[in-house]
Amino acid sequence: MLKIENLCASVAGKKILRGVNLHVKAGEVHAIMGPNGAGKSTLSNVLAGRDAYTVTTGTVLFHGQDLLAMKPEERAWAGVFLAFQYPVEIPGVNNTYLLKAALNAKRKHQGLSQLDAFDFLKMVKEKAKLVDMDESFLSRSVNEGFSGGEKKRNEIFQMAVLEPTLALLDETDSGLDIDALRVVAGGVNQFRSADRAIVMITHYQRLLDYIVPDVVHVFSDGRILKSGDRHLAMELEKRGYDWVKEEATHG
Amino acid sequence: MSDNEALQNELNKHEYAAGFVTDIEQETLAPGLDVSVIRHISNIKREPEWLLNWRLQAFEHWQTMIEPHWPKVDYPAIDYQAISYYSAPKDNSDGPKTLADVDPELLRTYEKLGIPLREQEMLAGVKEIAVDAVFDSVSVATTFKSKLKKAGVIFCPFSEAVQEYPELIQQYLGTVVPASDNFYAALNAAVFTDGSFVFIPKGVRCPMELSTYFRINAANTGQFERTLIIAEEGATVSYLEGCTAPMRDENQLHAAVVELIALDDAYIKYSTVQNWYPGDENGVGGIYNFVTKRGECRGKRARISWTQVETGSAITWKYPSCVLLGDESVGEFYSVAVTSHCQQADTGTKMIHIGKNTRSTIISKGISAGRSQQSYRGLVRIEAQAEGARNHSQCDSLLLGDRCGAHTFPYIEVKNPTAILEHEASTSRIGEDQLFYCQQRGLSEEDATSTIVNGFCKDVFDVLPMEFAVEANRLMELSLEGAVG
Repeated sequence: MLKIENLCASVAGKKILRGVNLHVKAGEVHAIMGPNGAGKSTLSNVLAGRDAYTVTTGTVLFHGQDLLAMKPEERAWAGVFLAFQYPVEIPGVNNTYLLKAALNAKRKHQGLSQLDAFDFLKMVKEKAKLVDMDESFLSRSVNEGFSGGEKKRNEIFQMAVLEPTLALLDETDSGLDIDALRVVAGGVNQFRSADRAIVMITHYQRLLDYIVPDVVHVFSDGRILKSGDRHLAMELEKRGYDWVKEEATHG
Repeated sequence: MSDNEALQNELNKHEYAAGFVTDIEQETLAPGLDVSVIRHISNIKREPEWLLNWRLQAFEHWQTMIEPHWPKVDYPAIDYQAISYYSAPKDNSDGPKTLADVDPELLRTYEKLGIPLREQEMLAGVKEIAVDAVFDSVSVATTFKSKLKKAGVIFCPFSEAVQEYPELIQQYLGTVVPASDNFYAALNAAVFTDGSFVFIPKGVRCPMELSTYFRINAANTGQFERTLIIAEEGATVSYLEGCTAPMRDENQLHAAVVELIALDDAYIKYSTVQNWYPGDENGVGGIYNFVTKRGECRGKRARISWTQVETGSAITWKYPSCVLLGDESVGEFYSVAVTSHCQQADTGTKMIHIGKNTRSTIISKGISAGRSQQSYRGLVRIEAQAEGARNHSQCDSLLLGDRCGAHTFPYIEVKNPTAILEHEASTSRIGEDQLFYCQQRGLSEEDATSTIVNGFCKDVFDVLPMEFAVEANRLMELSLEGAVG
């Protein structure tokens, strides 16, 4: 589904990604862990098409298409979703309105008919239950006055509504208490299916207790240093990241 | 192509749909302004002696006045002798007629502008709106007059009101905005040509929305209309105003006066969608919109509400105000102003609290794009006798791109210690992170921009009459097309 080859990217002239290679197949869940400043969020932003980042070399194929040649909204239509680390507030813009506009833009692109208000609302209410979100959130302005946890929950709710095939979760677990984490993880797990893939960036092994990954990657200095199964995450939790770096330098 | 160039190209594509010229024979007075021009206008309109004298006095006073230069706008000196002060379609110069007599070319003009002038063409289920169509210096048609009359409502061209209801005109004209009020109000008083007159008698709720559509067509003319709205005790009216003009390289002056009078428990809601030609992307041409709008809550518990969406004019100089004379009267100002290209706007409101327990609300949303400059200028004055007055002001500015400017000049004068005033102000740039968020969800850059801007304006759009909300949205989208930088 996703093939990243030797991806290098910089922001404001500073090299952040230094040769990322990553293959993700449909149905898989990948966890990317690593120290602060390693470039994990840059990777998710580059994949989603944020302007501020310049790709210097490398390719990204998504379902065989050149992802890097596409505008952010085209990537969204193709099935890429980014759950933001810091979801932005958009005052005065109704949460449901944004979602309906987004979904209908995608449907238009796919040649499907526009959902009418009634069908849309019905669907949205069902999805809100997935993340235990109160219906009142539907009519509130996007993320405005939401607590940190509510914002993260809202991201997963939007993912459930837009039904992407590739979900990039950027530290969706940070700032969540245990109960909220359980709810959000529950939403993600329900989203898992054979034709969808998830790449989640996290600092904590704790999340992986709830969303069990197929592959765990250690990301440092702008590239993947080591990959393994979920036991790698447990080892990281115990030993930190330094040993991986050392292994990479000497091995 | 850099992003900025791409955006600039987008901006240049912005089309002003109302920019066409109606090819019609017009009677236009030679440029110039002196006593004979004023006598001529008064004569065409068969005005009574007292009104001519009022005009002449205003003219005399105007000649002693100096054009105001305190607004933060910049333009070459206006040559008042180079403007024609009267222009009317030829067969329409002798007063209003029935729709059947209106030149088909004029009817087509309003059709093109989307203004319904044929009563029977109103679709079933669509709310009826009465329209007064003012074309350059005259009103060319007014709809639903007879239906309104049955309800006791007078809605007619100003010139007609002077003939039919001279006592009402004499009683109220210039009582809110005196002829000597300011430079442009004095000029207007001297040379005003037409406009709308509305009278809602005691206890009557106006059965439909009233609207006036102002159209400037002729070149080198100014439009100087005057609107007077009176709501007697317990009366209610919602009035809408729209304006457009052809695209011309010369600047044209529009100096209107609007006076509102609300007696005890009356409510006047005055909404404007101002879409005068703003000039091209280099600031060539466009309307100078120098307008005095003021409402007086003369009675107890009277309420006057100004709601406006402003996307047009090369230069706007306008402060719709409320004088809160009656105890417990209420003044409101809800405004969205969009400037792009080289537009300049110095606009805001004045709330003058005189009566006891008077309340006012100001919500102003300014959006600047391109190389435009926009200033909010507002005055809240609490007079000594205004016990228990309250004001809430909120002025937010949104900047699109890095070559525009937003400025805020709030003036507050409080002479009574019981007053409670709140003032909130913010200036923000349209967030790259907000745009990216929307795009990541699947909105195009343009849709993302208009979604964010609409959200920014929500407080004001929420109070717009339904009929205007759609129009306002469309105009905003046009004005801001590709204006992200």
